[in-house]
Amino acid sequence: MIEAVGLRKVYRLKGREVLALDGVDLHVRQGEIFGVVGQSGAGKSTLLRCVNLLERPTEGRVSVDGAELTALGGARLRAARRGIGMVHQHFALLSSRTVAGNVAFPLEIAGVPRAERRARVGELLDLVGLADKARAHPAQLSGGQKQRVGIARALASRPKVLLSDEATSALDPQTTESILDLLRRLNRELGLTILLITHEMDVIKRICDSAAIMADGAFLESGRVLDLLAAPGSRLARSLFPLPATDAPDVVTLTYTGKPDEPLMSELTRRFDVDINILGGAVEQVSDQSVGRLNVQIQGERREAALTYLHGKGLLVEVAG
Amino acid sequence: MAWLTEFGERWPDMWPVLWLGTLDTLYMVLWATLFTVLFGLPLGVLLVATDRGGLIPAPAVKAVLGAVVNVGRSLPFIVLMVAVLSLTRLLTGTTLGPTAAIVPLSIGAIPFFARLVETALREVDRGVIEASHAMGARRITIVGKVLLPEALPGLIAGLVMTVVALISYSAMAGAIGGGGLGDIAIRYGYQRFDDYYLWATVAFLVIVVQAVQSLGDVLVRRLSHR
Ligand SMILES: Nc1ncnc2c1ncn2[C@@H]1O[C@H](COP(=O)(O)OP(=O)(O)O)[C@@H](O)[C@H]1O
Ligand SMILES: [Mg+2]
Repeated sequence: MIEAVGLRKVYRLKGREVLALDGVDLHVRQGEIFGVVGQSGAGKSTLLRCVNLLERPTEGRVSVDGAELTALGGARLRAARRGIGMVHQHFALLSSRTVAGNVAFPLEIAGVPRAERRARVGELLDLVGLADKARAHPAQLSGGQKQRVGIARALASRPKVLLSDEATSALDPQTTESILDLLRRLNRELGLTILLITHEMDVIKRICDSAAIMADGAFLESGRVLDLLAAPGSRLARSLFPLPATDAPDVVTLTYTGKPDEPLMSELTRRFDVDINILGGAVEQVSDQSVGRLNVQIQGERREAALTYLHGKGLLVEVAG
Repeated sequence: MAWLTEFGERWPDMWPVLWLGTLDTLYMVLWATLFTVLFGLPLGVLLVATDRGGLIPAPAVKAVLGAVVNVGRSLPFIVLMVAVLSLTRLLTGTTLGPTAAIVPLSIGAIPFFARLVETALREVDRGVIEASHAMGARRITIVGKVLLPEALPGLIAGLVMTVVALISYSAMAGAIGGGGLGDIAIRYGYQRFDDYYLWATVAFLVIVVQAVQSLGDVLVRRLSHR
């Protein structure tokens, strides 16, 4: 749905060059939620702004829903942008307009007649649960309500793609949760493809199907979240399941997705006569699957055989350290 | 309290003079306000739009416009009035009277208002402008539906300041025969040493300014939703 190839972006400031994107390839499948996570300054916002050409990439191509945006300009680019919704960290609502007026704005831009606008605004406010706030001004709303208005506005022209720049970063944890739930619901019910950027790992864990970790203008890893977690040396796994460092001997890190259908640990002690000591770990819901990651000390004569057995059972076994 | 009695006796004679003077002042100020908005508003929009990273980036144009505005702003009004006399004659056929005064008043107030417009527009959240681009808005739409409405309270406040400045300029215009309350203060108060006229014009000017300011404040309060 979103294809970006070889994106580079160089900002030229007085006498200085900032390389904000350094060869990014982004592939977002239709109907998925793709999260880009990284620290401040990694280039996430620049990447997102290159997707709808708010920022023109220095090099590379961007296509959304089959249309190559980097080849467009003027009226055709504006038309293409109407098919891409965007939500902003600081909401970016018009303070001079009511909630209904804000949601109607993209429809005005698109030249939708008044009566139709009104009906559509009603639907949208119902969708985000703000029907009773239609006549309020943004200044009278809480942060979460403002972001719901932002989301309703982004959906007004029935886009297939939604871009979200830190949509929940200005919100408290509970509100964040409700906004993420809303995004998940819109993704499922409307088949909306969502590209979101965030600096919070938790967002990736809660709603993303795919993810990329970004640093210094490049992707360190990218793919389906469950695939990334199951890959050796995964940074995503380390970030989502931080395990306490250990200098104990014979420790391995085990990662598994889905519930193991056998009591593996007792099986290990019985079969291989090894001593098992669980040092730390966590089990969490990721992409609607339970994923666990444990640091386990396994000692005994037949340790290697035990590890091979675990590997054979589909667990990712990594030597910790 | 002898002066009060004398003032009471003279009031019937003074009143028509002061009333006509007030009407002349309002006439000059209203027309000058109209022209000031007509030219100053687009000029202010251009000052912001031609920024690097603005709607129509054009640093050279911005530099020229900025320089012109600064020249206009740095001329004392009394000097400006004399400097544009020939233009005034060209446009109005005369250099005397309230209609002639509209020309220097407008020319003096346009750069003043343009800077206030510029300041008000710069207050508009850049994120909102970017969001409008992301929605596929044309630049003219962004000016008309985002920049100006979002800055409206600031624009009205700037307009009030401009009108007050115009009232004070218009009194100066009286000094070279522009008519209005300033003219009365000079002809009766200064040249004939008639303090009653002097203080009465002061009182009338204060009332007009106060009325404009209060009206503006009410408008600004009703329009801001921050
Ligand atoms: N308009 C700009 N002009 C110059 N440098 C910029 C601009 N926008 C971003 N940058 C620089 O590009 C880098 C990436 O910024 P950004 O994409 O905002 O990162 P993130 O969203 O991950 O925090 C930073 O070093 C930032 O200073
Ligand atoms: Mg950012």
